[in-house]
Amino acid sequence: MIVYLVRRLGQSLLALVAMAILVFIGVYFIGNPVDVLINPEATQADIIATTERLGLDKPLYQQFGIFVMNALQGDLGTSFVYGRPALDIILERLPATMELALVALLLSVGIGIPLGVWAGLRPYSIAGRSIMGGSLLGFSLPNFWQGMLLILIFAVILGWLPAGGRGETTEFLGLQVSFLTLDGLSHLILPAINLALFKMSLIIRLARANTREVCLQDYVKFARAKGLSGRRVVLVHVLKNIMIPVVTIIGLELGSMVAFAIVTETVFAWPGMGKLLIDSINLLDRPVIVAYLMLTVLIIVAINLLVDVIYSLLDPRIRLSEMNG
Amino acid sequence: MTEIATNTPVRIDSPSKRIAKQFIEDPVAVVGLILFGLVALIAIAAPWLAPQNPYDLAQLNIMDSSLPPGETSFDTEMTYWLGTDQQGRDMLSAIMYGLRISLLVATVSLALAITIGTIVGVFAAFFGGRLDSIIMRIVDLQLSFPAILIALILLALLGRGVDKVIMALVIVQWAYYARTVRSSAMVERSKDYIDAARCLGLPSRRIMFRHLLPNCVPPLIVVATVQIAQAIALEATLSFLGVGVPITEPSLGLLIANGYDYLLSGNYWISVFPGIALVVTIIAINLVGDRLRDVLNPRLQK
Repeated sequence: MIVYLVRRLGQSLLALVAMAILVFIGVYFIGNPVDVLINPEATQADIIATTERLGLDKPLYQQFGIFVMNALQGDLGTSFVYGRPALDIILERLPATMELALVALLLSVGIGIPLGVWAGLRPYSIAGRSIMGGSLLGFSLPNFWQGMLLILIFAVILGWLPAGGRGETTEFLGLQVSFLTLDGLSHLILPAINLALFKMSLIIRLARANTREVCLQDYVKFARAKGLSGRRVVLVHVLKNIMIPVVTIIGLELGSMVAFAIVTETVFAWPGMGKLLIDSINLLDRPVIVAYLMLTVLIIVAINLLVDVIYSLLDPRIRLSEMNG
Repeated sequence: MTEIATNTPVRIDSPSKRIAKQFIEDPVAVVGLILFGLVALIAIAAPWLAPQNPYDLAQLNIMDSSLPPGETSFDTEMTYWLGTDQQGRDMLSAIMYGLRISLLVATVSLALAITIGTIVGVFAAFFGGRLDSIIMRIVDLQLSFPAILIALILLALLGRGVDKVIMALVIVQWAYYARTVRSSAMVERSKDYIDAARCLGLPSRRIMFRHLLPNCVPPLIVVATVQIAQAIALEATLSFLGVGVPITEPSLGLLIANGYDYLLSGNYWISVFPGIALVVTIIAINLVGDRLRDVLNPRLQK
């Protein structure tokens, strides 16, 4: 077990280092931020002073060295636009993104599993077929287009819900959250559904396939033969056994949800990290881009590591095959 | 065994003929194929089919700006069946040209990614050992991050441009092909015909590309149909976010993004029609891909 843990941890660290190098090199070539930040009438001396202040005059490897040393101390540079530490700006936006991602995850699980089980129990019924057809659409249509349709239908045509923004927020455990006020909740619904649709389709397909398999097992037949009610067979015998693969997917998809939030946040003007990233790319605000990418990579790597470790505890076959491989 | 005994010749169709035969048994897939053919034809022939050249400013008239679908131009006889955008551009023409760019980006990146992925995958499977484990580590590392995140990093690095979007899509996608080809090549490698080819003393390169590779093609086709739909969607998303193709060469994604600003004021047609074109394209490819997956899967063969 310890060998496995150390190996897995090493892989995660390697992934972090590789991404740090890629992110840094990538961001270095974005363009010259001095041109963007300084006003066009500035003198040559001003330009040089700004370049020096931002550390852009040093060679690439030195900039990288400084970047890594600072990053390890939690300092990912100062935003060119806001003039404040980039990490602080990102962390201010983190709760909004996390709230959106968690609500979306709840929706995709809460709706996806029942629909998937339903479609799995009656695969050839009209309901089962429509659920599968719907999930194919949720799967293949671009996320931003689904979001736009939601806005067009519920905000523009019906006028039931606001088209963007976060609405009123309240303090909850020291964080600003939307879901406790009616106004905040109405702003949260559409973006959360938009972010949830893709994962929901994934969970529906997974739950359906597993339900169909489990229903053929002897223990389900036996439970039916024993005369248990249909509800009990589904809720206890079927549901329990389809949860193992579903839970794995949920864990792994949580990380990608943070990345997919970039699109949803841009469509709905949700003030999270993803929208900040797109704004920063347009403004060439390098430190914020770096801080965003490093934080997101860290979140994804950490979640992947956690899921793998939990899973290897639950299922010894995985760590044994990894150790031999 | 009776067939051999009765001595009548059994007609065996070539594999491609058999696949085509099975493919057309499913009417939904045929509809998908026809739709996709239509979309591809429109994209290729856009300069000849489109009522106007949407990027020739001399043909645009600001007096025609933001006309709803079906309105006629104020000076010429031209009818704007899908309306116009804020610059008086015919949306139908803009969509045809946009489709051209969307499909160009997707197919070029697909061809490049398949080539790179196949070569890497075959090498990894054929030589195995160190090379194999290093390549597969890189593939695993890349696939553990969402494609959109990697593409965003790359485009932040490269800047906007059709060639840059293609490059980003190739870098995102090669890993899928490398993994697919490797896994099927690993299975094929241990079969007798490869041993036979080795015994004949054929050079490795010939065995890899003439004997091994053709047998890895069916799974590759299945992955490619899924991936080309993904590539079109990813390109549209990147362009929508403003990091994809430049304004001078708008794809469907960028058209949708331009119209998005006018969506709230009720001018839905500027972004909805390009969106429908995008969706029809993606669904058509998925329908074809679904059927191909069934037809090419040896386990489902009768």
